[in-house]
Amino acid sequence: MPIEFRKEFFADERDDNLNEIGKPTQRQDMIGHVTGRSPFYDDHLFDGLLHIRCVRSPHHHARIRSIDVSQAERMPGVKRVILGKDVPHNLNTLLSLLDFGLDDEPLIAEKKVSYKGEPVAAIVADSERAARDAVAKVRVDWEVLPHVLDVEEAIKPNAPVVNETYPKNLFIYHNKYDHQKLRYGDVEAAFREADHIVEGRYQMSPIEQAPTETCGAIAAPENNNRFVCYTSTQALFFSLGTAAKLLELPSNRMHFIGGTVGGGFGGKVDSLHEPLAILGVILTGRPCKYMFDRAEEMQVGAPRGAERWYIKDGVMNDGRIIARQFTGYFDSGAYTRLSSYAIIKGVGHLPGPYTIPNVHANVYCVFTNRTPATAMRGFGITGVDFSIEAHMDKVAETVGMDPIELRILNSYRDGDMKAHRRLAKNTALVECCQVAAEKAKWRISDEARRQTSLMGGGGERAKLPAHTVTDELGRVEGFSSGSYAAKTSSQPNLAPAAASVSRPVQSQYQPEQYRPSSPASTETPRTPNPAPAPLAAPVPQPASQDNGARRPMRFSSISGLRRR
Amino acid sequence: MPVQVETHARLDDAVRACAQSANARFFGGGTLLMRAVNEGDQSFDRIIRCSDPVLREIRMDGNAISIGAGVTMLEVMENRDTAFLAPVARIVGGPAVRSAATIGGNLYADLPYGEMTTALLALGATIRFAGDAQGVSIDDFLRDRASRRNRVVQSISIPRVGDAANFRFVKVTRVKPKGAALMSIAAYLNRSSGSGGIRVAYGNMGPMPVRALAVERALEGASLDERGIARALEVATEGLEPPTDAFASSWYRREVAPVHLKRLLLGSGRA
Amino acid sequence: MAKKPVQFHLNGEEKAAFVDDGQNLLELLRRGVGDLTPKYGCGQGTCGACTVMIDGKPHLSCITLAETVGGRKVETVGGLGHAGGLHPLQEAFMRNFAAQCGYCTPGMLMAAKALLDRNPRPTREEVVEAISGNICRCTGYEAIINSVLEAAGGQGAMAGRG
Repeated sequence: MPIEFRKEFFADERDDNLNEIGKPTQRQDMIGHVTGRSPFYDDHLFDGLLHIRCVRSPHHHARIRSIDVSQAERMPGVKRVILGKDVPHNLNTLLSLLDFGLDDEPLIAEKKVSYKGEPVAAIVADSERAARDAVAKVRVDWEVLPHVLDVEEAIKPNAPVVNETYPKNLFIYHNKYDHQKLRYGDVEAAFREADHIVEGRYQMSPIEQAPTETCGAIAAPENNNRFVCYTSTQALFFSLGTAAKLLELPSNRMHFIGGTVGGGFGGKVDSLHEPLAILGVILTGRPCKYMFDRAEEMQVGAPRGAERWYIKDGVMNDGRIIARQFTGYFDSGAYTRLSSYAIIKGVGHLPGPYTIPNVHANVYCVFTNRTPATAMRGFGITGVDFSIEAHMDKVAETVGMDPIELRILNSYRDGDMKAHRRLAKNTALVECCQVAAEKAKWRISDEARRQTSLMGGGGERAKLPAHTVTDELGRVEGFSSGSYAAKTSSQPNLAPAAASVSRPVQSQYQPEQYRPSSPASTETPRTPNPAPAPLAAPVPQPASQDNGARRPMRFSSISGLRRR
Repeated sequence: MPVQVETHARLDDAVRACAQSANARFFGGGTLLMRAVNEGDQSFDRIIRCSDPVLREIRMDGNAISIGAGVTMLEVMENRDTAFLAPVARIVGGPAVRSAATIGGNLYADLPYGEMTTALLALGATIRFAGDAQGVSIDDFLRDRASRRNRVVQSISIPRVGDAANFRFVKVTRVKPKGAALMSIAAYLNRSSGSGGIRVAYGNMGPMPVRALAVERALEGASLDERGIARALEVATEGLEPPTDAFASSWYRREVAPVHLKRLLLGSGRA
Repeated sequence: MAKKPVQFHLNGEEKAAFVDDGQNLLELLRRGVGDLTPKYGCGQGTCGACTVMIDGKPHLSCITLAETVGGRKVETVGGLGHAGGLHPLQEAFMRNFAAQCGYCTPGMLMAAKALLDRNPRPTREEVVEAISGNICRCTGYEAIINSVLEAAGGQGAMAGRG
């Protein structure tokens, strides 16, 4: 269907005499796609390629009493069995590269598993079938633990502890609170003035991105004392940084090649494959491929997380919404991955594209024994937008108003102050509503049709609330950002008990001049890692008293430190 | 353990090879078995293939049609004698599955697959194992299918359906034109043959295709109009335990079964 | 593990390779004879990314036992056309932006070719049916369907289409 341009809107804000924008341009990769020659990661052939397959937990939550790999090691074609103890730094959180959150997830579980499908061992074998046959021979003695799969169950006092880094099953924001807060005005006072209170509960299930190309990576020794890694990652430097951290290898020892991705949709940022494929090369000296099969992609591959939202609105008889309160629960699954960030993004978006003078939100990033969640197209926004729009219909019904006219009435306009304390500009919800109504042959009033996003905004609506009620609900103590990215070597880094001890790589294969970046001194967990690499050793420090207040402010919208 | 594949030119030899090993599987078109191989299924380590042309025959046998177990869905669609089964064969997988998947293999398909078997159940097919001229009814075959995994089906015999309107089939899916079935319904309405001429079968309403016996009884002697089928719709799921899976809940299946059955019986079913 | 010799025609050329017992055709094509155009998407026969033609009919190479193609004719996108001389289907896919990530494209093209070889003037419904076993997760189906129809109608059919 051809794109329809509605150039009558905002004509003076736009230059239509552009050479490229608005005109079709052939993709540079199209010829490769239609001839089947585009180089996806699995399209790189290596002589002597080994295949990695993981032994995975059949339980949602279980302690690993012991793992017996003796039979698997003797299977034909098996070159190596990799356990958690073989991973140089077997504890990570993806966003530690952005100095956000505590390391909470091993590459290969050692003590317990917290979701079904979590890897506990990896087999490296000379064929995929040999690897599968050996996986079937690994014996794990499981002590099955009670599990929790629902966000609100998980935060009850006696719920099973999913993630030991966060013993209350809640991610800690800004080292201070067990949820992300939004406070704007005074919702309780506004609720008392409102003619109607409209409440709703909304939820959505996890959604698997299901790319046609499954996630994976192929790594191989390179002759220049490096490892080459072909990967399906959507976040090449992110994956590089993560591999450098987990393997304690300087990033300039790794040559990452990506860019041709067989569908990602957000599901290819978790960087699980690159480190294990490279570790396979380190331990065997041969090219290694680690690739999800379809069942793994669906069960183990991180989905868009489930969300549950409670919304409470204070509404006047004329349809004006004067207060909106959110309580949100993001199901992060067993580990943080990107859900913590999704909430920051989502809360910045509240209360949706509407101007509401009093807004309040408590949004919780909850750990459950489900598959860890990650990015997917607009994650952090999609679920709450679904909830908000479903709720708008409920509000319209309550006050007996047309649902589109209710949206136009409450729509943000240019110059309005938003709850995240920025002025709105280039708004276009009013026009979207009008065009949607027209397309759907939905009659709206002349008054609603006359509105524009340029009318009615600013002025009083540009002002911050006279008074914003704040609180210390959910205050926690003892958490401090373990800064991986910042060089804090001048400060004593106290490794927490939960953090893994870094170990030397047990390498049978050493490329020329290869030296592990962290020498064998790492048996002492309390010693800061003296790695010469630009990336210092990750040392989370939840027990530290230093809450980071003395650090200089840096530009970082994620950690909420961006200066106005 | 690695898989061994052996190919026999004669059916007798293939049957003997299958009988010798509990860890052997007979290879039809491979659409189910190769998936199991790819996924490292540890329950078998031997694959027996057979290139005997007898498995590919479709022939008339009095009032019956005998279809070789190795006949593919595409061949069922293209053969004039089995044309009335084409609407069933056409909804098995996509075109690339149909050029490999066999009618014999479909007899062993687990949920959510096995639409052809649902149709064969409604038609009252007779399953003939190699070296066993007698054959068993498909009802008996399905009753202990699991224990017959290493027996070799040679052919499937079904009645010739003279009036195509007497055989009806619907596959209910969320995705069109190809999707896994929430349920399938097959009805053989051979009312001229007197009592017992009506057979109705469901797919995906139990662990394997299952007869809707209460529906069959209710349709005995009834006219195929709103009033005539009312009783059959009331008992549409009587005696059934529909599964809950990724496609639908048991509750949902129970709720929509009468709707689809009604459309099928009134001839307004959308394929 | 026992190796078996397999000799077959790939895009008009004689090929020979040794296969492992139980090995699928996708592996034979990709690693055995180096034709990387068919893709792995599921190994279950549900996504269609590995679709090839065998003796003129569409088949899923991931669930085809490699040794069964002995003596048969296999066609892949590898033989369909190249940058200097594209097949009309490839040209139509390009014109209609019928590929986004490109991973399903080789399978789509072979499913479409299998249709057009047997039915050079398909209806829209027949095109939809022909690619029904091929999943495009970027959801570019409309552009793909239009491309197949356009290729069937020759170059003239594209006039007026966006």
